[in-house]
Amino acid sequence: MASLASSVRRVTKYKIVWPLLAMAILYLFNLIVVPGFFKIEVIDGHLYGSLVDVLNRGTPLIIMAIGMALVIALEGIDISVGSVLAIAGSMAIFMLEGHSLWVAILASLVIGLLCGLWNGMLVSILGIQPMVATLILLTVGRGIAQLITNGQILTTTNKGYEFIGKGYFLGLPFAVYIAAAVFIIIYLLKTKTAFGLFLEATGANRKSSEYAGVKPRAIFMSAYAICGLLAATAGIIYSSNLSSADANNAGLWYELDAILAVVIGGTSMRGGRFYLGGTVIGAIFIQSLTTTIYSLGVPPESILLVKAFVVILVCLIQSDAFRQMLTFKRKVTTS
Amino acid sequence: MKRKSVLVTLLMLVMVAAVFTACSKNNSGETANTGNKTSTSETANGAGDKDKKIVVGFAQIGAESGWRDAETGSIKETFGNDPKFELKFSDAQQKQENQIKAIRSFIAQKVDAIGLAPVVESGWETVLKEAKDAGIPVFLLDRGITPGNEDLYVSFIGSDFVLEGQNAAKWMVDEFGADAQVNIVQLEGTVGASAANDRKKGFEEEIAGKAGYKIVYSQTGDFTRAKGKEVMEAYLKKDKNIQVVYAHNDDMALGAIQAIEEAGLKPGTDVKIIGVDGIKAAFEAIAAGKLNVTVECNPLLGPQLKQAVLDYKEGKELPKWIKSEEDVYFGQKAIDALPNRKY
Repeated sequence: MASLASSVRRVTKYKIVWPLLAMAILYLFNLIVVPGFFKIEVIDGHLYGSLVDVLNRGTPLIIMAIGMALVIALEGIDISVGSVLAIAGSMAIFMLEGHSLWVAILASLVIGLLCGLWNGMLVSILGIQPMVATLILLTVGRGIAQLITNGQILTTTNKGYEFIGKGYFLGLPFAVYIAAAVFIIIYLLKTKTAFGLFLEATGANRKSSEYAGVKPRAIFMSAYAICGLLAATAGIIYSSNLSSADANNAGLWYELDAILAVVIGGTSMRGGRFYLGGTVIGAIFIQSLTTTIYSLGVPPESILLVKAFVVILVCLIQSDAFRQMLTFKRKVTTS
Repeated sequence: MKRKSVLVTLLMLVMVAAVFTACSKNNSGETANTGNKTSTSETANGAGDKDKKIVVGFAQIGAESGWRDAETGSIKETFGNDPKFELKFSDAQQKQENQIKAIRSFIAQKVDAIGLAPVVESGWETVLKEAKDAGIPVFLLDRGITPGNEDLYVSFIGSDFVLEGQNAAKWMVDEFGADAQVNIVQLEGTVGASAANDRKKGFEEEIAGKAGYKIVYSQTGDFTRAKGKEVMEAYLKKDKNIQVVYAHNDDMALGAIQAIEEAGLKPGTDVKIIGVDGIKAAFEAIAAGKLNVTVECNPLLGPQLKQAVLDYKEGKELPKWIKSEEDVYFGQKAIDALPNRKY
């Protein structure tokens, strides 16, 4: 019994345990309440089912949240990612008219990178607070996207482009491979390069890492640039899945989901250590919740309420203080 | 270090410049447009029209959607092409204060009639009272104002969303027969939007007496393609035994079509799809056989506004609600109409 308790204690040291626990509870709920949630069939040679949907629909959020994790590790925040998603999607579909697939993708990624650099410059060089700095692009971004699309919803029939978000490779959605690649690259960047170390160091304590020879400006610029680039990647997948770019609605409120995913994943908004695995789990959790709500048939008027309730629960599970309160109570009752 | 900061300044300049050129481009386009308009009306004036022109001021919300652009285009075209009229057009960029300012300037210029597409329902009492005191008739287009203020405007010209819902249901009942067993998925618009509430109400009223028609699932898709697709996708995993998808706008219907295709079903054949609005993309989908019907929600209100202004001038009694002329498009009729669709 004691060994079990100690092993539980050891396991709970890992931040990723809590989001995983939340997800396990959600899926257990689905197993009981939603029939067919775990059913996976093969249609047209690829997997088909709610779980595949969660993965497929969740990829833009996963990719975006990974970028957000880097920025949050620097005690920053980027609330413009939803708008950047819209810009990138609009750009790609706009460029597909008359340009080749690769030019369109490249243009879209470049504009995402520029947006990221713009945010990075405002934060690191002009010293504007991240929330305010990225607020600019949050509002202006949709305007830029509307300029690109001329206020219309652009559509495309380019098969190559549609494959990115709709296609299947070895039975799984192609976008999942993109998300996996992004995760691996950023994970290697975090663990195997000096950049990862500097990033966490700067986030934990900017002053002392500066004295130790780290150049915070370069770190800030790169983190925001990567965040912009990843938001653009998400934008390409998002627009490709729908074969259309809607400047007004694409990725609306995604920035909040991305921040939530990072926080659920165990990363502190105060910067320093960040958890990529947890972030991915957080993003998948959010998407699972959405899909669950739709499968359950929650009345439209109560969706936001249900979501908020679940998120509060998850945040409570996350909170050390709350857990201590629980364990304290238990001790009182046993004694 | 120095070089880097130079680079950054350059980058900043480029981005700022990009924003400004984009804005100015937009502006110059606008001025060119209005410039054109005044010049055409002047030439029309020079053509020797003895009668005084009827000046109409129109306070538009903005250009937030293709639907709105089509409405603006219709109004500009109707009044611009008629030598009897002169149009003063104002774009409020989604701000009520701008619309109020525009109306006040119309009053100051002593226009003969004011058209208004109110961005929100409330807060119009004062300014519309001013217009009324100045003896200028006000016509509301496509959106209403808070009930209880009917004396402040002459007529409301716009769609009957309840009727649109009824028309959608009527088409469906004609298609399947009154006694058929039909499972329906309803994709609702944004929660609380009047278009969503009324299209739902009209549709549900119409099928209320028919036992075979069941709405098995009803969920909001926020009037967007992305959500329409996501909601449909989730439902199809649970149950594929559906005959009809009724979407409160065409965009959600187009999203649902994608989800149905990905589930290995044939939209338009296995599952009948009903959309509302009548956007061009919906007509294209009908031509491709993927969408069955779209219930039009007509933004081309220019001609009806013009008629209402003329009738008012002649002292005719106008109904409080002039319903916009709307149609239901399906099959060959839709394909024939496709080349003429403006939005």
